[in-house]
Amino acid sequence: MSEQNLRSHVGPYFGEFGGRFVPESLIAALDELEATYNTAKADPSFAAELAELHRTYTGRPSIITEAKRFAEHCGNDVRVFLKREDLNHTGSHKINNVIGQALLTKRMGKTRIIAETGAGQHGVASATAAALFGLECVVYMGEVDTERQALNVARMKLLGAEVIPVTTGSKTLKDAINEALRDWVANVENTHYLLGTVAGPHPFPTMVRDFHSVIGTEARQQMLDEFGFLPTALAACVGGGSNAIGLFHAFLDDSDVKMFGFEAAGDGMGTPRHAATLNYGRPGVLHGARSYMLQDEDGQTMESHSISAGLDYPGVGPEHSWLKDLGRVEYRGISDAEAMDALRLLSRTEGIIPAIETAHALAGVIKLGKELPAGSSILVNLSGRGDKDMETAGKYFGLLDAAKEAQA
Amino acid sequence: MTSKTSATLKANKAAGDGNLIGYFPAGYPTLEGSIEASIAMCQNGVDVLELGVPYSDPVMDGIVIQEATMVALNNGFKLKQTFDAVRAITAKVNTPVLVMTYWNPVLQYGIENFARDLVAAGGAGLITPDLIPDEAKEWLEISDKYELDRVFLGTPSSSPERMKTACDLSRGFVYAVSTMGITGARDEVDANARKVVAKVREASSTANTAVGIGISTADQVVEVNSYSDGAIVGSAFVRAYSEGGVEALKAKTIELSARLKK
Repeated sequence: MSEQNLRSHVGPYFGEFGGRFVPESLIAALDELEATYNTAKADPSFAAELAELHRTYTGRPSIITEAKRFAEHCGNDVRVFLKREDLNHTGSHKINNVIGQALLTKRMGKTRIIAETGAGQHGVASATAAALFGLECVVYMGEVDTERQALNVARMKLLGAEVIPVTTGSKTLKDAINEALRDWVANVENTHYLLGTVAGPHPFPTMVRDFHSVIGTEARQQMLDEFGFLPTALAACVGGGSNAIGLFHAFLDDSDVKMFGFEAAGDGMGTPRHAATLNYGRPGVLHGARSYMLQDEDGQTMESHSISAGLDYPGVGPEHSWLKDLGRVEYRGISDAEAMDALRLLSRTEGIIPAIETAHALAGVIKLGKELPAGSSILVNLSGRGDKDMETAGKYFGLLDAAKEAQA
Repeated sequence: MTSKTSATLKANKAAGDGNLIGYFPAGYPTLEGSIEASIAMCQNGVDVLELGVPYSDPVMDGIVIQEATMVALNNGFKLKQTFDAVRAITAKVNTPVLVMTYWNPVLQYGIENFARDLVAAGGAGLITPDLIPDEAKEWLEISDKYELDRVFLGTPSSSPERMKTACDLSRGFVYAVSTMGITGARDEVDANARKVVAKVREASSTANTAVGIGISTADQVVEVNSYSDGAIVGSAFVRAYSEGGVEALKAKTIELSARLKK
């Protein structure tokens, strides 16, 4: 790995990945968004407004918690640090991007936002920002996901958003994005598509990364200030890849810091039911960008499978594809079962219930810790809290049956 | 380089007739069914055929075409059958056949492989709804090499510079997107359609332009032909077929084309 300035890279291309593979009807809107974002980026008042909202509304900076009892399960003499994005308002890292894009929506004079959501975290964050800024909000959510994340549907509705269940295709996140893109093509004049991950056409991958890079920027400084060293390794879960790139970005040029992204392997690596795009996919064009994706030989997108709605996506952000091919980040798969075990372990050792998405990173840390030399330290993006997953977890661990029996 | 599509459109216009460009998805409901349907359209008034490649994530398409292409995929449609369909259609009719496809299937097949096999099957070129000229460098070179038409889109929101690029780089015609939205019938073809065509005319004195999105009635087809080089109809044909089979499709083709020919 040569010493290069990876951090300064901005789209539209990341190596052979990225670009704008969208209908011409959207180009003017993407141009407008890019221009607005570039102007805002150069305007100190924008950064100041964003920082103030993060301080007084999001709850930034998020703290770092050392997970000492959890670390006992992660090999010998390994320290584990959690970047607590779960403590942000709305319960995940998603708010970082949403607040930024909502400010841009106002700058563009648009009055309506649309969003896709898988687990519902991005939908909830979008609905929250819409309420805060007085914007109309429509959230597209695969019908399958509205069922497994019913609580988040209720949250979005309570916040005043309209939630539209998507019944086409595989009825999950991928199809929610298709439906949001169709809405955007038709309503682009007054509508901003508040895309929730680092995928999609340029400028989304760069812009969404920039809004989430606060995670790594804070964490890097916190590690130095509070502990006096940078971690041996970083770990994050990867679906589209927003929380991972948010953590990684500030460290990309710290060549001593290893980076690991953990994809959802569903039934397990080597089985046909997974969402491990970077491990099993190949480059193609999906949702406006060239990147790794799960597809058959004809280029038809294949359905992904994961217990985690937020990672159940057959694509991934183009910057991750680039970082994989460069060898800067290693991407591994974590099965449903491994993730659920890690979810329970963190709950019982630290009193922190993580989101199922996040649990994939924690399961990765349990394995990784055993490979790293003694004295290593791992910084994990604790990207979201698990409240939304209680029904899934309750069923998985048989807790709801027990509760029913106790009632009877 | 001569384009059969362009020559067809221009000849009809020169004769005082209009042009009807008809879309039908390959493999819907089966490969044989789609070949029969496409031939019926060409024999009953469609001047240029737009054969759609079923794709898992058709973001430019409304529900009628989405459902039809999903049926095709569920019935086992394979990308290679596109060429079988083109070959079977062009064996029977002289109508130019353009393949309308999202970009990833072409990318996975190999752009040059796709071009070579399309030419061998008798196809005229590609309409690429999610490939903008900016991302089309390789396709531009290969379509030149194989003398294939390439249809890019011009929209109400395209800047004059982008419209000029679409006109300069398209061959066959420029697809004028009548309205900001996805495919599907609409009661009124937007006043935007006239504006888009006017933008094409401003950008180029030679490019053909046909109007698509939302056109479903004979009145609309005639109206659009009064100021453009053709009307593109998709969902209305697919709906006719799904409701009444090939006979209904024939009737719809005759209904939509009748007033275009002197």
